[in-house]
Amino acid sequence: MDNSLFVQIVFYLFAAMTVGSAAVVVFARNLIRSAFALLFTFFGVAGLYAFLGADFLAATQMVIYVGGILVLLLFGVMLTHKLYDLNLKAETYQFFPALAVALGVFVLLATVLLRARWHAGAQDAAAPTTAAIGGLLMNDYILPFEVASILLLMALIGAAMIVRRRSE
Amino acid sequence: MIGLSHFLVVSAALFSFGIMAVFARKNAVNVLMGLELILNSANLNLVAFSRFSAHNLDGQIFAIFVIVVAAAEAAVGLAIVLSMYRILKSVNLDRADTLKG
Repeated sequence: MDNSLFVQIVFYLFAAMTVGSAAVVVFARNLIRSAFALLFTFFGVAGLYAFLGADFLAATQMVIYVGGILVLLLFGVMLTHKLYDLNLKAETYQFFPALAVALGVFVLLATVLLRARWHAGAQDAAAPTTAAIGGLLMNDYILPFEVASILLLMALIGAAMIVRRRSE
Repeated sequence: MIGLSHFLVVSAALFSFGIMAVFARKNAVNVLMGLELILNSANLNLVAFSRFSAHNLDGQIFAIFVIVVAAAEAAVGLAIVLSMYRILKSVNLDRADTLKG
């Protein structure tokens, strides 16, 4: 990754998009608005993945988060409110204690992260990662891969069981 | 000079916003959004360390498994929220106090 001015501008653009829309998610008064701000957060994180040379992960982020989880959350917002209720006001409580805790956590983390001397060697050139990840998943990580598939199946069945209407 | 710490600070900001959402929002769906922010920040850290320190793909594999668990969590969490809405007619977390001693 060469550190030309263009690269820096792109990084700060993605970082600002991620952090700014995350702030909208938390502080928006309207639930639909926070759901759509979450879309831009996921886009920003996908951009940062691409920036880090993780091309497969960036595509996965787009497909699963934007296409799956965000749509699921929007369904959750729609199904738990009456549709004529246009102003879905999101109330907050303990606003200032929560703000203090969040700010404290951020300051603490940022201080530690910036002061630590990370082992950072020379970076490799960014290369396509899809084939390598596929090989790793089929060889070294085959057991976690299968366990993850069983977990997804269990979540599918469990979610369907929880929301089904029980016949009395 | 974009280095490791730039990504770590972005991820710390995402994590703090996630904590803020989990602590301060009353709506259960909004709390789930905060959880997604926290998981995304953890993922960003994993990928950044995988790129800058480890020089292999283990961090990215781990991030894929985190995404899998996040998908399962979102599905089951929203199912619980929907059944809570069916019982309480509300997704306000303050209303879910039946187990309060």
